[in-house]
Amino acid sequence: MTEVVVTGIGAITPLGLGAATLHERWAAGVCGIENGEGRCREFVATDHLSVKEARRADRFTQLALVASIEALADAGWGAELPYEASRIGSMIGTGIGGIGTIETNDLAMFEHGPKHVSPLAVPLMMGNAAAAAVSMRHGLRGPSFGTVSACSSGADAIGTAMRAIKYGDALAIVTGGAEAALTPLSRAAFGALDALSVSGISRPFDARRDGFVMGEGAGVLVLENGDAAQARGARVLAVLRGYGATADAHHVTAPHPTGEGAAAAITRALEDAQVEPTDIVYVNAHGTSTPLNDRAETIALKTALGEHVRTIPVSSTKSAIGHLLGAGGAVEAVATILALRAAVIPPTLGWAQRDPDLDLDYVPDRARPLDLSEGQRPIAISNSFGFGGHNAVLCLEAR
Amino acid sequence: MADPTTEQIEKVITDSLISFGANAEDINRDAELAALDIDSLDLAELSQIIEEHFGVELTSADVAEITTVGDAIDLVAERA
Repeated sequence: MTEVVVTGIGAITPLGLGAATLHERWAAGVCGIENGEGRCREFVATDHLSVKEARRADRFTQLALVASIEALADAGWGAELPYEASRIGSMIGTGIGGIGTIETNDLAMFEHGPKHVSPLAVPLMMGNAAAAAVSMRHGLRGPSFGTVSACSSGADAIGTAMRAIKYGDALAIVTGGAEAALTPLSRAAFGALDALSVSGISRPFDARRDGFVMGEGAGVLVLENGDAAQARGARVLAVLRGYGATADAHHVTAPHPTGEGAAAAITRALEDAQVEPTDIVYVNAHGTSTPLNDRAETIALKTALGEHVRTIPVSSTKSAIGHLLGAGGAVEAVATILALRAAVIPPTLGWAQRDPDLDLDYVPDRARPLDLSEGQRPIAISNSFGFGGHNAVLCLEAR
Repeated sequence: MADPTTEQIEKVITDSLISFGANAEDINRDAELAALDIDSLDLAELSQIIEEHFGVELTSADVAEITTVGDAIDLVAERA
């Protein structure tokens, strides 16, 4: 069966504009979190989009659009698409969608009446808006939809896109995730759940971790049928080797205490990729900095990867940018590809105090070189787990 | 409320079109809305703004009759 390759990447994150910026700043130990939130402070929509495009898009869609522009340029797609438009799709996940739009219009309705709700409210708030906007911006006429699985949304979009290419539904798909939920209702709602960090510090796997820090952003990948990409002479960044998705069927917000579903998703991703646990040289963890996730994920990694897990560096992008919810899996897939390609494993920032039960190598303090032994290939997994018990794992090999 | 002047109506409509993304220098009475890249969603917003400012309710049938900026101004002036 044909390989699915990554030919372009783009990211807008609290660390700045661009995929390269994300890797460089994270690897340098820069943290994009300020005042307990990971906001994309460098992002100004109209620097990249027309007034019309910007006002026809909620912030989560704006972030996706700009990341997609970067990803397509990175893939070398010029003014003309490399394949017939109907053979190129767009699949962008989001955890919540246009919640900022919902809140603004809700307020307008209660303060001034229903006639003050904007005609743009529906097209901006809908969860498929980013997938639709990416399709329209670039003229992509293949399969196009959003995926919704909370904090697994981005990874599920990418995995689903890979399947669609393998099945022959498309030759290429622009895919990823986007989120912009730094809004009053969202803050209050996650706060009411006791999910957010009281200290405002994201320190995954550390004994003092006290909840996640919310962030916003978008990550977009251009996936192509490997044969088609080769035929057009594309530069290949990575091969998306495998995808595993499972559900905990346990609790709407808490992970299964022993990470059974997460472990099964990792195992499925490895089987799909046709690799062994010993082939994995890096784990980009879900690592949310919540007491429950980081414990369950550590157990899941041990279950799925066995003793070999103790030799693998495990780091969490969320230590540098916070939890990007539905964008997390996509941004972290981008970060994983860049880490493998640079052979530099960025650290879990803020990790200093060991939790006695969390005994893996979480890459504390600073980035470290990825030294591959004879015969080893740069293969990693990127984990994403979401409220609702969704588990999605991607297996990537850098080229 | 006293009847709005044509200038007041023109200003509200022009400002709205600019906020929708139209180029200010392209806007004049004869400019066609389609040429300004103003579409049905923009017109739905414009109707809302007009009602808010002038109390004139435009139906979708009214809006469908509007081709140029001048058409919009005249229609509102007539109804206000």
